[in-house]
Amino acid sequence: MRFLFKTDYEDDIKLFPHSGYYVSYGILIAFLLIAPFVLSSYLVSQLVFVCIYATVGVGLMILTGFTGQASLGHAAFLAIGAYTAAYLQQYNVPFPVYFLAGGLLTGVVGALVGFPALRLTGIYLVIATISFAFIVEEVLARWESVTHGNEGMRVKTLSLFGQAVPQNGPTFYYLCLAVLVLTIVGTLNLLRSPTGRAFVAIRDSETAARSMGVNVSLYKVKSFAISAAITGLAGVLFAHKLSFISPEMFTLQLSIEFIIVILIGGAFSLHGAVLGAIFLVMIDPFLTYLKDDLPGIISGLAATFGADSVTAGKVHSNVAAIASANGLKGAIYGVIIVLFVLFEPLGLYGRWLKIKLFFQLFPLYKRATFKRQKIYVKSERNR
Amino acid sequence: MSYFRAENLSLHFGGLKAVDSVSFAVEKGEILSIIGPNGAGKSSIFNLISRIYPPTSGKIFFEDQDITDQPAYDIAGLGIARTFQNIELFENATMLSNLLVGRHRHSTTQLWQELLFLPSVRAGEKLHRRRVEQVIEFLDLEAYRDKLISGLPYGVRKVIELARALCSEPKLILLDEPSSGLNVEETEDMSFWIRDMKSELGITVLMVEHDMTLVNRVSDRVIALNYGRVLAMGSPSEVQRHPDVVAAYLGA
Repeated sequence: MRFLFKTDYEDDIKLFPHSGYYVSYGILIAFLLIAPFVLSSYLVSQLVFVCIYATVGVGLMILTGFTGQASLGHAAFLAIGAYTAAYLQQYNVPFPVYFLAGGLLTGVVGALVGFPALRLTGIYLVIATISFAFIVEEVLARWESVTHGNEGMRVKTLSLFGQAVPQNGPTFYYLCLAVLVLTIVGTLNLLRSPTGRAFVAIRDSETAARSMGVNVSLYKVKSFAISAAITGLAGVLFAHKLSFISPEMFTLQLSIEFIIVILIGGAFSLHGAVLGAIFLVMIDPFLTYLKDDLPGIISGLAATFGADSVTAGKVHSNVAAIASANGLKGAIYGVIIVLFVLFEPLGLYGRWLKIKLFFQLFPLYKRATFKRQKIYVKSERNR
Repeated sequence: MSYFRAENLSLHFGGLKAVDSVSFAVEKGEILSIIGPNGAGKSSIFNLISRIYPPTSGKIFFEDQDITDQPAYDIAGLGIARTFQNIELFENATMLSNLLVGRHRHSTTQLWQELLFLPSVRAGEKLHRRRVEQVIEFLDLEAYRDKLISGLPYGVRKVIELARALCSEPKLILLDEPSSGLNVEETEDMSFWIRDMKSELGITVLMVEHDMTLVNRVSDRVIALNYGRVLAMGSPSEVQRHPDVVAAYLGA
C-alpha cells in the first residue's frame, strides 16, 4: 500500500496525486494512439463512438453527477450541435469555426433551458427536460427551410486545414480522442476550482451553498450551459461520424442512453462517464450478436436434450421472434439500469475502486468497507 | 449606531406569528445569545437574517446598511456567516472541499480562467488553502482533511460546520445551537472556541442556545424570546431571574 506524504498545498491541487498515475495513464494513452494501426476498422469505429458518448457523458456528469440536476434532454443538445454543423457546412464555414459555433450555440440554448429549470427539482426537472427534447425534435422536423425536415441532412466529409478527414480514418479518431481528452482536462480544472466546488455544494445542500455566498441560480445556469456546450461539441463530431442526420435519431431513447452512460459508469466521477460510454457502445454489437445467434443456440440446446426437429424449429422461430421484437433494446437497457441501481449503485467505477482496494489491503479487505451507514439526522431542507 | 440591528422584525405564517415585531441590536465584538423555549422563534430569526425567509415586516441593518432586501447569497458576501441547527454540510465531499466552499465569497476567478486553470486560479487556490489551514489549526481538525463528511461522527461535523463558517472570514457569525448533540467535553471545547473567536479573531457572535451552562459561560448579553416576542434582555443572570422568563420555562 502506498502512503502519500504531502509537503505542499500543490500536492492537493495537481491532477495526478503520485507518479504511478503517469505510468498507467501513459500506457493508456500509448495504447489509444496506436489503436488505429492494430485494431480492426470496426473496433476503431466503435472507439470513435466511445469518445463521442464519453464526451457527452462528461457533459452530463457535470450537470447530473456534480450539480445534481437530472436531465433527459441531452439528445436535444446533441441534435443542436449536429444541426449547427450541418447547416453552417453548407456555407463553406471552416470546421474549427462551426465546431466552436456548435458548442457556443448549444451552450446558449442550455442556459435558456436552465432558467425555467431553476424552480424545478427532481422528477419535475426530468419532465421539463423531456419536454424540451420533444420541442427540439419537433422543431427539427418542421423547420424545413433550415433542417430539411424529416428528409434529414447530409453532412459532408470533414475538412481540416484543407485536408479531407474521412469519418472512418485514423485522423477523425484522433480528433474525437483529442476533444474527449481536452474536455476531461477542462472539467477536472473546473472541479478543482471555486466553480466546481460550488456545483458540488448545490448538489449536496442548496441552503448551505446559499448561506456560504454561492449564487445558486447563477451556478445552476452555468452548469446547464457548460453541460450543453460540451454535448453540442460532441454533436458536431456525431454528425460527421454518421454523415447523415435526421430528427428521429435524437429521440428520448438517446437521452436515456446518456443517462445509462453516467449511471452505469457511476461513482460521480469522470472515470465513470468514460467506463459507462465503453459499456454502452460495446453492448450494442453484443445485443446484435445475441439477436442473430441466440435462436440457433437455444434450438440447438433443445435438440441436444431430445426435442425432435419440428419442436426445435418451433423453438427457433419463437426465440427469433422474441429476439427481434420491437423495443427489446429499450427493455434490456431498463433491466440493466435496475440491476445496477439495486446491486452496484456506484457503477462500474465503484466496482473498480473496490477491486483496487481489495488488492491494496490484501488480505485485510472487509466487505463492510463500502456498506453505506444509514444516517437518520437528515435535516429538513429549507427549500 | 449599532453594529447589527433588527427593527420590528416580524415573520407570519398565515395566522401564526413565528416572530412578532422583535427589535434588538448587537454591538461590535460582543457575544449575544438568544434563548427561549421550543418554538419561540429563535431559529426563525436566524433564517430571516440569512434571508432564507423574507420578513413579513421590519428591517435588518448591518454596519448601517439596510440588508433586508439583499438576496440570500449576498449575505455571506457582506460578512455574515452561519451554522445550522441540524448540520447542512456537503455530505459527499471531503472536509477540505467543504471548507473551501466557505471561501467562495473570496474567489475572484472567472469561469474561462478556471477551465484552463491559469496561474491566477492556482495562486487563488493556494491562498484559500492557506486560510483554510489556519481555521483547521484553530479548531483542531487536522485528522479529517481528506475524509468524506458522510463518514464522520456528529460531533466532528458540528465543528466542521463552524469551521466552514469561519473560512469565509465573517465579521458576524450566527451560531444555531452550537452545542446540540455534543457531549459535555465537546460542549466545553465549543465554549472555548466561541470565546476565542471573539478575542482572537474579533468576530461578533450571535447565537441561539439551549444549554444554559454554555450561555452563562460565553455570553455578554442574553435575549429571551417566547411566542415570537422578546421577554427580557440583559446580562445572563438578569435574564434568568426575570419573572417572565421563569414563567415561560416553568409555567406560571
